[in-house]
Amino acid sequence: MGRRVVVIGGGVAGMEAAGQLARRGCNVTVFEKETETGGHVKNWFHLFPDRKDSRDVLRYLGNKINHNNITLFTGIAVEGIRPSNGSFSVFTGDGNEITADAVVVATGFDLFRSEKKEEYGYGIYENVITSADLERMFRKDQIRMHDGSIPGKIGLVHCVGSRDEKAGNLYCSKLCCVTAVKQAMEIAEHLEDAKVFCFYMDMRMGGAMYEELYREAQENYGIGFIRGKVSEVAQNIDNKLIVKVEDTLTGRPLKMEIDLLVLMAGMEMSEGGKKIAQSAGLDTGENRFFKPADLHFASNESNIKGVFYAGTCTMPMNITEAISHARAAAADVMDYLDKQKN
Amino acid sequence: MQFDPFVIPFNIGLYFILIYAVVRSVRWFSNLSRPDKLRLQRGFFGSAFGRSLKEIFMESLIHRKILKANFRLGYMHMSLAFGWFLLILFGTIEADIFGTRHLNPPYKAIFFKFFNPDHGRTGFEAVYSFLMDLILAFILSGLILAVIKRFSSKVVGMKKTTKLKLPDKIALTSLWLIFPSRLIAESLTSGVYGTGSFLTGSLGSVLASFLPANQLAYPFWWLYSLSLGTFFLLLPVTRYMHIPTELFLIFARNSGIRTGDQSGAFTEIQTYSCSSCGICIDACQLNFSTGITNIQSAYLMKGIRNNEDVNDIAFNCLMCGRCDRYCPVGIELTPIRMIRRRAESVEPPEKSLWSRYFPDLIKIVNTRSNGHPAFSWLPQIKTEATEVLYYAGCMTHLTPAIKKAMIRILDASGMNYRFLDEAGGVCCGRPLMLAGKDKEARELINFNSGLIRDSGARILVTSCPICYKVFRESYYLEVELMHHTQFIKMLIDEDMLRLRFLRKKVVYHAPCDLGRGSGIYDEPKDVLRHVARLQPTGFDDDDSLCCGGSLGNTRISYRQKNKIAADAASALTKGNPEILATACPLCKKTFTTVTDTRVADIAEIVAEAIAPNPPELKKHVVKELYREPADMI
Repeated sequence: MGRRVVVIGGGVAGMEAAGQLARRGCNVTVFEKETETGGHVKNWFHLFPDRKDSRDVLRYLGNKINHNNITLFTGIAVEGIRPSNGSFSVFTGDGNEITADAVVVATGFDLFRSEKKEEYGYGIYENVITSADLERMFRKDQIRMHDGSIPGKIGLVHCVGSRDEKAGNLYCSKLCCVTAVKQAMEIAEHLEDAKVFCFYMDMRMGGAMYEELYREAQENYGIGFIRGKVSEVAQNIDNKLIVKVEDTLTGRPLKMEIDLLVLMAGMEMSEGGKKIAQSAGLDTGENRFFKPADLHFASNESNIKGVFYAGTCTMPMNITEAISHARAAAADVMDYLDKQKN
Repeated sequence: MQFDPFVIPFNIGLYFILIYAVVRSVRWFSNLSRPDKLRLQRGFFGSAFGRSLKEIFMESLIHRKILKANFRLGYMHMSLAFGWFLLILFGTIEADIFGTRHLNPPYKAIFFKFFNPDHGRTGFEAVYSFLMDLILAFILSGLILAVIKRFSSKVVGMKKTTKLKLPDKIALTSLWLIFPSRLIAESLTSGVYGTGSFLTGSLGSVLASFLPANQLAYPFWWLYSLSLGTFFLLLPVTRYMHIPTELFLIFARNSGIRTGDQSGAFTEIQTYSCSSCGICIDACQLNFSTGITNIQSAYLMKGIRNNEDVNDIAFNCLMCGRCDRYCPVGIELTPIRMIRRRAESVEPPEKSLWSRYFPDLIKIVNTRSNGHPAFSWLPQIKTEATEVLYYAGCMTHLTPAIKKAMIRILDASGMNYRFLDEAGGVCCGRPLMLAGKDKEARELINFNSGLIRDSGARILVTSCPICYKVFRESYYLEVELMHHTQFIKMLIDEDMLRLRFLRKKVVYHAPCDLGRGSGIYDEPKDVLRHVARLQPTGFDDDDSLCCGGSLGNTRISYRQKNKIAADAASALTKGNPEILATACPLCKKTFTTVTDTRVADIAEIVAEAIAPNPPELKKHVVKELYREPADMI
């Protein structure tokens, strides 16, 4: 009694938090709505900035949750949380109820649904894909257009669903810039003759080794960086994509023929997270992500005592940050459980 | 003795307002354009006269439209207007029958009781007194509502009410004093003579039992006359000017006069006809979705009347036309706002007393441009001869699914068609017009008109209601203009397009510029009924909501626009439809951001119904791709 913790979500943050708590003697139950743990990382190929294989990270996390104190349920989503007598009832999608002394919400993020930016033609033009689709192509080592031919000119569109008031997301997703740089370099490596362009608003290279990567992309890979937000994508008779953009450095409108266009989809609060927020009465912010009790010193705490946040359910984060945030959440949970006991 | 000095204030006021109304009407008439003058003359001697009388009775006295929209508010207006009318009518008859002689001056009817205090003793007289008391009670009941509304508008079922300026307040006070002072004056006189019916009689005997009614009555007759006189004298400089103006407006409108796109006497008449009832505030989505309550049409009318700088008000509007639809006076509010947008900010001139009563005709002068063409760099485009010309418009280029669907429909119809703007053409001009830049818009209009003429097309089809409206109103084209919903309806009727029934639950959102703006309600719904199960939303036809994405508002933020959109979308999808259908690329784009229900243009739904095995338009493309990545590559 007194050490039962439910972790909602089996992605990076959820797995890390569960592992940390289990090692400290908690009885941890992890719910993952997908059939496999690993979250979004299992869809990625190489990770920025050091191009580590994502499978290395998954292996590390897999070892973490392989622990006697952890019970893992996959394919089961959590629908709601209700406080009751100092503990919590957690309701699952398959109609079960489980009691916990503390809850860690690690519901992660969803990628922005790029078809909402209809002017970019995702789901309408065959050769418009997302950054996630491109990662899968990398894994197969096959960067191809819809008809199977090799693209000669590839464009990467930054800020799709990020920093876009019209799309309802004012915030910056923070990682799309560096993802684009990484992906541009990988394309250049996969396809020697390809010409790659990035269409950006600002290059936000705030992380460790990001700026270096950006420099490398320009100097060693010849990636073209065009400052301007893509306004519209059309298709001509030859099935080539016509990208309309204003080059704001030269101050000229630009029309460019592109073979394959990659949309850097931003990060949004996950649908599952929204459901839990609504049913449990957890505060969400202007950006719809969970709102931590304090941005400075309580970024893992929620407005309900005993419910904690870990990872990208609170804001866009990279893997490093998600893991750190999850460890901090575990520390907060231990503190809380110790105090409850006394 | 049938005269007393206390009637003088009333007489001054009455004759002043009658003469004033005539002078003002003559000025308005002389300021009308020549065709409008002819319309009014023809209307005055034609059937418009009868229609106008009927409308004046139904709307100016009974207030039928307000009653239908909001019973308590309607009752308030009706009891004051219709009650007062009855009081004057029956008062005149009373004075005529029971007075000392026939054909009395008007004050005899108003102050009948003073001059005939002994009246009301015999049976028939008592019945008549009862009737007069009843009418007075009717008015007073409305007055009580009006007083309460001033302090709490919710009581009469209004969420918001308009704010007043000083002359309005004085006029309002004198208006409020008229009927209570009449009640007390009549009661006191009745108390002295033991006459009067259930209201004045009873109150009179109570008052007379402990007050020197004989001495008190006279001052109250003075107060009654003074408040009437004050009200009439102030009426031209207050919002109550709407009372006489509305009569002129009704005649002018029934004679076929419309606002058009120029400021003039008719614009002024409409501006003065606004009673500031506040119904437009309640109908406005900026009010109920974003809490903006100081820019609605009642304030615009007031600002224009007072020659205030209304720039911020004029541009803070979705131009959706809901207020036009709800205005009980039928003022063409959105066209007037459009005219005002073209004007520069105005300096409020110094106002002399004379100019308050006889202001210069409201002239909303266009912003002067520098004379240089703004779009001299437009490309040379050659159009090829064709039968059907399709103009997608810039918003449709931003929603390529609609464009793709239209190409599919046009191909299936077998008609000979060409794109006017395949590789991105020239804007239709309406966004510039909405921003008040008429001259610049005219350059684009001329450019596109040339292209359309050169194509020799018989039919011009557009997917965007914004373009449709400007093509219809501001282009002078010899082609048959059709919105794509009309075009699709024609193809179906002519059997040029065969469609399957999709068995999908669909609701239809009527876009502002297509519905209220252009009067097209039936074709889109007919097409939808042909291919799907169309369900009502509670916001159908001219009741439809604005999607919030309007190009018309240059003042609010996207956050506020998204809030309006989210509220509208949740109202429309209450019945859990599978598709929220619309007929405007802008509405589609706006709704897609804020709802999880699939949003589709009618053209997309129709295109889906064409093929033997139509590809389902996917809402969650991401998921589909995750499942079968092989298909992607």
